Amino acid sequence: MERLHWVWHRCQTLMGRESGQGWYSSTDGLPNKNSLDTQCSPHRVSGKRRTVFAHQGPHQHEYEAVSKNYKGNAIRTTKYRLLTFIPMNLFQQFRRAANLYFLFLALLNWVPVVEAFQKEITMIPLLVVLTVIAIKDALEDYRRYLYDKKVNNNDVRVFCGKQKEYVEQCWKDVRVGDFICLSCNEIIPADMLLLYSSDPRGVCYIETANLDGETNLKQRQVIPGLPLQGGEFTPENFHSRIECENPNNNFSRFRGYMEHSSGVRVGLHNNNLLLRSCTIRNTETVIGIVIYAGHETKAMMNNSGPRYKCSHLEKRLNTDVLWCVALLIIMCLTAAVGHALWLKNIKDPVFVIDVETPPALAGFYIFWTMIIVLQVLIPISLYVSIEIVKLGQIYFIHNDIDLYNELLDSRIQCRALNITEDLGQIQYLFSDKTGTLTENNMVFRRCSIFGVEYPHEENARRLEVCAVENKAAGHTMTLRPQPEPVPSTATWKEPHSLSEKEVVPDPELVKKLNWFCSPVLPLKEGSSGTSSSLELTYITDFFLALTICNSVVVSSSSQPRHVVPEARMPLKSLEEIKMMFQRFSFSPFTALSTLSPHQVKGSPRSFTSRLFTRGKTEFLTSSTPPNSSTSETDPGKESNLETSILRDKVDLPSQEKGGNSGPVEDDIKDAKTTDICCGAGPDLETDYDSDADDDLLYEAESPDEAALVHAARAYRCTLRGRSAESLLVDLPGIGSLSVQLLHILPFDSNRRRMSVVVRHPLTGQVVVYTKGADSVIMDLAETPKGDDQAQEIDCHIKEQTQKHLDSYAREGLRTLCIAKKVLEEEEYEVWLRRHVLAESSIDHREELLLESAERLETNLTLLGTTGIVDRLQEEVPETIEALQRAGIKVWILTGDKQETAINIAYACKLLGPYDQLLRANCGSKEACSAFLDELKLEVQHGQESLTDGVEAEDHEESSSRSFILVIDGKTLDWALQEELQSDFVELSRKCKAVICCRSTPLQKSQVVRLIRDQLRVMTLAVGDGANDVSMIQMADVGIGISGQEGLQAVMSSDFAVSRFKHLSKLLLVHGHWCYFRLANMILYFIYKNVMYVNLLFWYQFFCGFSGSVMTNAWVLIFFNLLFTSIPPLIYGILDRDLPADSLMAVPELYQNSHTSKLHLPYMFWITVLDAFYQSLICFFIPYFALTGSDVGVLSFGSPINASALLIVLLHQVLESHTLTWIHVLVLLLSGGSYFGFVLLFSVYCVTCSPPTNPVGVETLQMSQPLFFIICAITTVTALLPRMFFQALHNTVLCSAALNSSHLDKVESEKYRQRMQHWNRGHSKGNRLSVCVDNPGLEASAASVVS
Amino acid sequence: MMASSYNAKEEDGHHSGAASHGGPAVAKSKKPDNTAFKQQRLLAWQPILTAGTVLPAFFVIGIFFLPIGIGLFVTSNNIKEFEIDYTGVDLDSPCYSCAKNFSWNSTTPCVCTVDFTLEQPFESNVYMYYGLSNFYQNHRRYVKSRDDSQLYGDLSSLKEPSKECEPYRKRDGLPIAPCGAIANSLFNDTLDLYHIESNGTVNVIPLVNRGIAWWTDKHVKFRNPGGNNNNLTVAFQDTAKPVNWRKPVYELDPTDLENNGFVNEDFIVWMRTAALPTFRKLYRIIHKKSSTTPTLPSGRYVLNITYNYPVLSFDGRKRMILSTISWMGGKNPFLGIAYITVGSICFLLGVVLLIIHHKYDNRNNSADIPS
Repeated sequence: MERLHWVWHRCQTLMGRESGQGWYSSTDGLPNKNSLDTQCSPHRVSGKRRTVFAHQGPHQHEYEAVSKNYKGNAIRTTKYRLLTFIPMNLFQQFRRAANLYFLFLALLNWVPVVEAFQKEITMIPLLVVLTVIAIKDALEDYRRYLYDKKVNNNDVRVFCGKQKEYVEQCWKDVRVGDFICLSCNEIIPADMLLLYSSDPRGVCYIETANLDGETNLKQRQVIPGLPLQGGEFTPENFHSRIECENPNNNFSRFRGYMEHSSGVRVGLHNNNLLLRSCTIRNTETVIGIVIYAGHETKAMMNNSGPRYKCSHLEKRLNTDVLWCVALLIIMCLTAAVGHALWLKNIKDPVFVIDVETPPALAGFYIFWTMIIVLQVLIPISLYVSIEIVKLGQIYFIHNDIDLYNELLDSRIQCRALNITEDLGQIQYLFSDKTGTLTENNMVFRRCSIFGVEYPHEENARRLEVCAVENKAAGHTMTLRPQPEPVPSTATWKEPHSLSEKEVVPDPELVKKLNWFCSPVLPLKEGSSGTSSSLELTYITDFFLALTICNSVVVSSSSQPRHVVPEARMPLKSLEEIKMMFQRFSFSPFTALSTLSPHQVKGSPRSFTSRLFTRGKTEFLTSSTPPNSSTSETDPGKESNLETSILRDKVDLPSQEKGGNSGPVEDDIKDAKTTDICCGAGPDLETDYDSDADDDLLYEAESPDEAALVHAARAYRCTLRGRSAESLLVDLPGIGSLSVQLLHILPFDSNRRRMSVVVRHPLTGQVVVYTKGADSVIMDLAETPKGDDQAQEIDCHIKEQTQKHLDSYAREGLRTLCIAKKVLEEEEYEVWLRRHVLAESSIDHREELLLESAERLETNLTLLGTTGIVDRLQEEVPETIEALQRAGIKVWILTGDKQETAINIAYACKLLGPYDQLLRANCGSKEACSAFLDELKLEVQHGQESLTDGVEAEDHEESSSRSFILVIDGKTLDWALQEELQSDFVELSRKCKAVICCRSTPLQKSQVVRLIRDQLRVMTLAVGDGANDVSMIQMADVGIGISGQEGLQAVMSSDFAVSRFKHLSKLLLVHGHWCYFRLANMILYFIYKNVMYVNLLFWYQFFCGFSGSVMTNAWVLIFFNLLFTSIPPLIYGILDRDLPADSLMAVPELYQNSHTSKLHLPYMFWITVLDAFYQSLICFFIPYFALTGSDVGVLSFGSPINASALLIVLLHQVLESHTLTWIHVLVLLLSGGSYFGFVLLFSVYCVTCSPPTNPVGVETLQMSQPLFFIICAITTVTALLPRMFFQALHNTVLCSAALNSSHLDKVESEKYRQRMQHWNRGHSKGNRLSVCVDNPGLEASAASVVS
Repeated sequence: MMASSYNAKEEDGHHSGAASHGGPAVAKSKKPDNTAFKQQRLLAWQPILTAGTVLPAFFVIGIFFLPIGIGLFVTSNNIKEFEIDYTGVDLDSPCYSCAKNFSWNSTTPCVCTVDFTLEQPFESNVYMYYGLSNFYQNHRRYVKSRDDSQLYGDLSSLKEPSKECEPYRKRDGLPIAPCGAIANSLFNDTLDLYHIESNGTVNVIPLVNRGIAWWTDKHVKFRNPGGNNNNLTVAFQDTAKPVNWRKPVYELDPTDLENNGFVNEDFIVWMRTAALPTFRKLYRIIHKKSSTTPTLPSGRYVLNITYNYPVLSFDGRKRMILSTISWMGGKNPFLGIAYITVGSICFLLGVVLLIIHHKYDNRNNSADIPS
């Protein structure tokens, strides 16, 4: 069944996709069978290419020849069209096994020999189900249609060839080859190539929030080498031909080239492509040419349907349904055999019509007749009901105010609609650490440079204050004002977090920096000349690295994302800079700044460059006369020089070795800024103060980056702006510098680091700054050869840094190491050549790029390390404790260091003070295997000693002590291998918690899969970042934390919450409720069907197994479809076995559903048995009361039906734990509808329902006391046992539960108080059984029917 | 209620979809309404059944059921019923020969006489039933084999009976009226009852054949074709009588012209198919003559049977039943016993629960929530 379901779903998504293309709307006038045509279009046959010409350009003919098969930009996400809705919808629906079953029954009824009812009647269930689903589909489709219409009719400015200007057109009229002009904040209507940007550097920024939820700006580059006329782009002159790959759904890859009319080919990359539904930011005007439109855009091709997961309960249900099928077949076979035997023993009866049929054949016919008669036994409507119930449950989850985050104004997102009840059965919870347990609000805490630790005490104090404030804010839930202009900006850009970001600098470090900046300070600060100047170099390099080694995009808060900060840059035109550069190039200081790399390593480069700078300044001031600010600089200059000379001495030894290595190249630097910086001393302070005033907004891909940039800013190394080729940086003592950016080797999880290759602004060398995970960087940082002293220093630094790293990790800080490497020109050239090759390669590009990056990132010089604090989210320890008490094993899977992870685990109370840590760090597989065995023994031993000690020692202490396994990535790799899997699982099963550190995304998902498959438990994975996606998808329930790392996790999750603490309510309350409700509803549904169908079955014993029924067929069909269909739905949506408060207060209650106790097979059979009993009572009491009398068929059925209805409804009352007015109303309506229907039927239906004519039956029956007498005793007798056993069960269990050790005294006392409180709140004086379903009572539960 | 929640969900789902597709974010707060319904805090009665709660219910049921049961039992016992089997299975039974020599085609009716003695007088109205056993009037194909529109007097159905009537739909090209197997197998024994007084005089007991069918059947469901036209012969022109019938439908009751055609009450009674294979059907009513004399005084009676209906072939039995009735119908001690039993069981369970309640409630009290 589930298989079928799945197949059906697959087919549907497939159909959806096909339909998206196949029934593509022809609003743009293109032929309808587009997709079919494209299948055989020459482009696809000739290769995976698409050629695009300008639509309105001079290549009309080529355009028409080539583009006629390209789709227009109109989209149609609807599945159906108005006219074809009914056939298509029917077609869709009959892919479903359930509907096919109904169809089969309906058709079966048309076979004359087996016909059971009138032909129309068996169509009714089918019709009802089809109609309900069709209406649902139609509504959904209509919404999609409206949405499509809205999107299709958005306006956009498209270049019109005739009018030679941009005219407004609808999105749907945009075609491939059109030129589109977009302004800032407009949404891109189709995938297009960026041809022009108003930005002088030819970049434009886009926000991809609509695609992947990432709110940071991404840069896109104009295609180089386009003919521009006077800086403007003219579509008329666009003669180029674009060749690119055929539409695909890969966001991150785009390949192609543009061939100009001159024959020059320009490669096209992903960063020339503007994707549909992204938003233009920060750029005034953008012009692009459409290359993919409509459904061929990457955004649309990535549009997949909702997630479909089959919940465990549904799988269980499928087995139950199979049992029902078995039951049905048994009943039908009984009837068939019975009929054959009966027929054989009867000779020449007047009441048998076709006596010619041999008994065996008649029995065979009866088998099928009975299938029709007893069709309701298969609870097909259950599937529809479950879907409706889940929607209702989702509605309530979605509306829970406790799962609403006021700060973000976000509710819980329920993305998967059909696994609500799985939330109630979670046994293993896998959590990411960063952003999930913690805020992911990275704040710079401390750092270590040159092996010297800067503790940042002030900073720590500030953080504490912030934490308190934040907590208070979180508790009072005051709605913070959103930054008005751009509401979609991520949280950490909010004012309050901004203040948190501001780092209080460490005085020591400031002093050192100042010493560098303000030369007036005496030299004595430094201990030894060499080391201090070296240290200074390190410090400046360190901060420069912090500032530039990132992918942060800068925008100004005053005009967010619109005006590029560069606008206020004092940069002059390119020409001027070039001229300046030419003047500098012969600088007498060249020798100082161009040292060979290994010499440079030991030398204070920044210092030399300071000299260099100064020299240039001097040069400048003298050579470029009337400069307004020259005069200001004079006072400080002398002293500056003084110090430089002093320091120069220090450097001389190393510098002397230096050879000439070419002139300094494009040191793009502005004279004016240099002047300011040279103004030095007192001026500097004010200068920076003013800088701090205008808020720069940093938008980083990861919060770590932002934290580091902010930290650097606190030390006045400010990132001011960024373009594709350069970075604008303020440096203390130097001022605004433009750093030429040669390459960014972006972060990836394999390398675990990122690098930037820049040309150093001062020395002009090619420098690689690398920032990454400490383990990686420490491995890559190599001791330079040669110079002993340098080696010694380096060793010392590494040693010290490692020490600091360890201490940071113990503190729970996230550590990042910063390193650098100076490349010689030739070295760089060599690397560059291969890198370009890698970049331009079409196949294996990613691998080649990775390899290229790895080639570069070697022999690094360790500069220092940073410690970033990431606070725990509020109520995380409480949540984890509650989850653990609920019997959920919490695992932490993190990429962080072991110490950091353990520390966080302590902080969130995953680790208790008595817990025993088992660390698994193994180097080889054998070691790992041996170690696992050892640990297993240890755990076993430990547990034995614990259990032995239970009686002797204090109970509480021993029970709270348990084992925690900490395993690192490498060991995990071994442990996940097939031979060791079982050992690992065995071991981890015995541990209270497992912490996997240094784990890759792949490992995370492997762990989840291992546990899920090996232990056959329900797993839940929660994470917030892209690295958690695979884990989230692997787990039975995936929860995304909508945090700061984009929306990938949310997009792949089933539920998305904004805080970790929401998990406790989601699981403990909603999960419990949903599971409880659904499990009970399913049981009830099965009970109802079995009970009612059995009535018909018992009758077969008295009608010669002829398939006769004692009811009117309409009543029979409607009984399930109408009269008793709504109450179970209400039951499934609204029932609450326990109030939310107590579920939260006593998480142990959650354990019940763990073992699927509610829906164990025996519960199913108890239910079925009870149904059998009730049907026996319900049939045989009327039978004995009426036997031998002159009762007619329908008159006999009347009390049976009525009492069956009463029993079914009252059974629900007994079963449900809450009765609200809605329940009462629905129950009354159900009962009323039955009696109303049969009475009206018996009054007005004279010949409407042949042959079982109901006229007068019910009216007569209900006017007789016998009817009521029978109904009364039948109902009471049928419900008596359940009522009795339930009372017994509850009474016995209740007291037992209270005595059980599961709730220790304090807890139960607390609980009691809460309950009292709750009860008072619900003033009705309810009697509330606290421990209805309390754990630990399996033994007694077996004997109990409930 | 369902629809509204469903819609709300859809909107939400769609909303997120829209957001992911480029619609500008709505500035409205997404905070859920803090209503009792949405937060699932509706005032609710929590019927958690414990011994304490259920206890009174059990006793109440016991208290109600016992007297009802006793009442029913007494009523049932007061009903007088007499039953006699006249099938003629045994050699010594008077109808043996009739039963043996039966054929549907015989023109001369076979008559047999059964003597019986009523020990007790029947005081009130006496209902005379014929009872059939092992006669499956509820067989699926049999039950369906009728045409209600034809019986409703529909002229087109009279000429073209429903297919359900097969194989008793047409006879020699003429439509059968009334068609179908039920009509065809109409019970056609004639029963006459005579009282033999002690002095030997034989009194015919007047058997009333009106008022034996349901009012709705007689007046609503069954109608002769052609409305109130008295000339049934014309109305049933061009129709054939059912195969097993000796007389056409318009000559069913020679004594009363109103009681002919489809509205013949014996026919109507027969057409209401019995629920169980052993059943009785009302045949005649013996009205009470005066308040002083019993309707049927005790003594000897003779039952004259015109034996037309074969049941032996399928092991059936025919009976004649005389019964008085009460407010709860005919004689049936089952309900009374059932009520008494269930009432007693309830009491018993109540006591059990009381014990359990006492045993467990003491411990319970410590943590039970005061109500």
